[in-house]
Amino acid sequence: MEALEKFRQETRAWLGENCPPSMRTPMTSEDETVWGGRNAKYANPEAKLWLDRMAERGWTAPTWPKAYGGGGLSKEENQVLQQEMRRIKARPPLSSFGIWMLGPALLEFANEEQKKEHLPRIVRGEIRWCQGYSEPGAGSDLAGLQTKCEDKGDHYLVNGQKIWTSYADKADWIFCLVRTDPTKKHDGISFLLFDMATPGVEARPISMISGASPFCETFFTDVKVPKGNLVGELNKGWTIAKRLLQHEREMISGMGLGGAGSGAGLGGLEQAAKDYYGEQNGRVASPSLRDHITRQKMDGKAFALTMQRSAEEAKAGQGPGAASSIFKYYGTELNKRRFELLLEIMGTKGLGWEGEGFTGDEITVTRSWLRSKGNSIEGGTSEVQLNVVSKRVLSLPD
Amino acid sequence: MALVLTEEQQLLRDTATQFFQERLPIANLRKLRDTKDATGFDRAIWKEMSDLGFAGIMISEKYGGTDFGPVGLGLVLEQAGRTLAASPLVSTVLLCGSAVQLAGNATQRQDILSAIAAGDRIMALALEEGPHHNPTRIATRAEASGQAFRISGKKTFVLDGHVADQLIVAARTSGNENDRAGITLFLVDPKSEGVKITRTLMVDSRNAADISFDNVSVPATAVLGSVDGGIDVLEQVLDIARIGISAEMLGLVQEVFDTTLAYLKERKQFGKVIGSFQALQHRMAVLFAEIELCRSVVLDALSALEARRNDVPLIASLAKARLSDTATLMTNEGLQMHGGMGMTDQFDVGLFMKRARVATASFGDGNFHRDRYASLEGY
Ligand SMILES: Cc1cc2nc3c(=O)[nH]c(=O)nc-3n(C[C@H](O)[C@H](O)[C@H](O)COP(=O)(O)OP(=O)(O)OC[C@H]3O[C@@H](n4cnc5c(N)ncnc54)[C@H](O)[C@@H]3O)c2cc1C
Ligand SMILES: Cc1cc2nc3c(=O)[nH]c(=O)nc-3n(C[C@H](O)[C@H](O)[C@H](O)COP(=O)(O)OP(=O)(O)OC[C@H]3O[C@@H](n4cnc5c(N)ncnc54)[C@H](O)[C@@H]3O)c2cc1C
Repeated sequence: MEALEKFRQETRAWLGENCPPSMRTPMTSEDETVWGGRNAKYANPEAKLWLDRMAERGWTAPTWPKAYGGGGLSKEENQVLQQEMRRIKARPPLSSFGIWMLGPALLEFANEEQKKEHLPRIVRGEIRWCQGYSEPGAGSDLAGLQTKCEDKGDHYLVNGQKIWTSYADKADWIFCLVRTDPTKKHDGISFLLFDMATPGVEARPISMISGASPFCETFFTDVKVPKGNLVGELNKGWTIAKRLLQHEREMISGMGLGGAGSGAGLGGLEQAAKDYYGEQNGRVASPSLRDHITRQKMDGKAFALTMQRSAEEAKAGQGPGAASSIFKYYGTELNKRRFELLLEIMGTKGLGWEGEGFTGDEITVTRSWLRSKGNSIEGGTSEVQLNVVSKRVLSLPD
Repeated sequence: MALVLTEEQQLLRDTATQFFQERLPIANLRKLRDTKDATGFDRAIWKEMSDLGFAGIMISEKYGGTDFGPVGLGLVLEQAGRTLAASPLVSTVLLCGSAVQLAGNATQRQDILSAIAAGDRIMALALEEGPHHNPTRIATRAEASGQAFRISGKKTFVLDGHVADQLIVAARTSGNENDRAGITLFLVDPKSEGVKITRTLMVDSRNAADISFDNVSVPATAVLGSVDGGIDVLEQVLDIARIGISAEMLGLVQEVFDTTLAYLKERKQFGKVIGSFQALQHRMAVLFAEIELCRSVVLDALSALEARRNDVPLIASLAKARLSDTATLMTNEGLQMHGGMGMTDQFDVGLFMKRARVATASFGDGNFHRDRYASLEGY
């Protein structure tokens, strides 16, 4: 306890000195997110400074072992770090598929050489990763994937197509599921890493309903991949793929707690309702709207408490518990509902697309509302999550 | 760190589970209903519950209680909810015991709390006057006359009102109907002249009564707490009851969920168990999620009471609203998924539905508590 308190004091002091002032303000648009990578662009030089300082201590990946560039913090110490960062409203220094998804999987399944090669570069934000899972014919039924990978003696040869690959056009490397045995389904999949700059890789951006183009169709034509880039055993990639999905779902679940673009700029649901709808005796003028807001807030609080309970159970050695199986489903549905409600609150001000007549915050909410629709699709749809709960948790038969 | 149970609490929960399953199974409620039992619960078993320490769970050891605290009480209530156990836990322990603990003077505490803990006294709170919970809408008047008060008015939905040995009556000593100030709590002997009690038979086969007071005279020593200041006590007491009933409803929804799930794995149609149909699977998965959230909320509400957190009113409303809504949903879905069987009296799901509706109406339903939550949060 005392050691933890000392850690808190030191962390507080260090953050106080090293977190630049502009990194303690809320982000006003998605463009300010720091993803790192070879071609990273920093609108604000302090963002780069903040990333480098945090990376230096391994605090972009606080709980990873120091040997791979991580912070080597215990869970408790990391909690303190997160609390202290929230206290000063520090922005995350780095957003990264490498940290959220690939890193934890490499720590568990990769060989020493692979860990040494990739993990430190993820921590420093030098390499930006993308996720090559989905294909035109394999979405929910991911194990039906067909991207072909052949053993050519001294290298692998990859041919095929991925789709919905987020940021494939901006990423440096890809972690990719490939078919190495066409005669088996789950047992014919392997987990492969390769450089997106390899000849034969092409990423074509797809426009999303929100107007952004964050995801791509990704084509592989005779892409040569060194054999050392296979993670785990040949044809045993499905286990790694599934574990990585767990990390991805955990990350997406957090959306239920409200995050960037969730209307914070408008002062929260109730303030927005007072501003856009009107106030009567200090209350939101529409009782019906007020009721909707309360339902949303109550469910949000209940969800946050459930995530907290799950964490406490895990800490008490009771395992992650069945409750965690609902997080992806509930968190994303809750987030979608929040945006629907924000739009209702804003009326026609929530229906602007661009230009005059709308504030930046308003446009951000509208665009984020559209983007939020993908939350219950990406990382496994809500229906697939419900299938998982009914089969694994409730043991209902096929 | 209060969302996980301590070993001591787990032990208490196990004791309670065993007790209710053995001594107060659903068959007990059916028997009380079918024999039109005049008391509406089993007094001998209530004595057993008191001996186990359930009646004195919130009462300090000084008065013979176990002082196990709100989390302990919540665990007992949850298990009671699983078997629809009829007992005066809500009326006597949650409402009246808490009121005396909070507002009673030394004499009142000594007299009442020790009698409650021993299982010797049943008490009831006479509060509501209309079909919807509204703790400030009180027209019942208590006029001071010399050293005494004279109470006149009509109360309804008084839980265990027809068997109570002693009543706590909320009456207006000043102000107008709907004013927060001016409400006073009185300890009243139900046998006093002018008190008329009519048992109301409710769908849940439990106990309630309409009580009218016609110029009922009570001495000044019958005042519980301060004259005109009753609302502060009432609000705290009601929050305790709301949280306690939420804990009971948690047990209720969990039980209906478990039995429905078992039925889906057993009932065959179209050559397979109906639990293999995705249309039912997804609804069960959604209900599972809702109930997991309920559990977190109830645990947090109980620990808020235990730690005397200042957000008790907020979390009490959250718990009561969420559990009321989920209990409605779960019992409706549970009945539907039992098909024709769900409509029969022989199956328990109907009994759970009836109890769920009465519990929902007790001390504020979802509508009441969402409105209150918004007020507390300033919108
Ligand atoms: C914004 C966004 C970003 C993404 N980023 C990436 C990425 O970086 N990398 C990547 O590999 N993929 C990514 N994806 C793809 C995502 O993983 C897939 O879209 C998702 O797995 C669903 O697959 P699908 O689109 O083929 O839908 P389908 O599988 O065709 O599903 C269509 C509908 O049918 C339902 N359905 C399917 N199977 C069942 C079933 N068994 N029971 C009941 N209902 C069912 C689904 O729930 C859905 O409603 C992204 C998707 C989005 C929206
Ligand atoms: C008030 C009442 C009056 C009635 N009167 C008559 C009468 O006069 N004459 C008569 O012959 N019958 C009568 N019935 C019976 C009625 O037709 C059946 O109850 C009904 O067909 C459902 O069958 P079940 O009860 O066996 O339920 P089940 O078929 O066992 O269904 C249980 C649950 O599983 C669901 N389910 C079943 N199959 C599927 C599936 N493939 N996909 C998804 N979900 C599924 C059902 O929707 C239900 O929720 C009456 C029923 C009631 C309640």
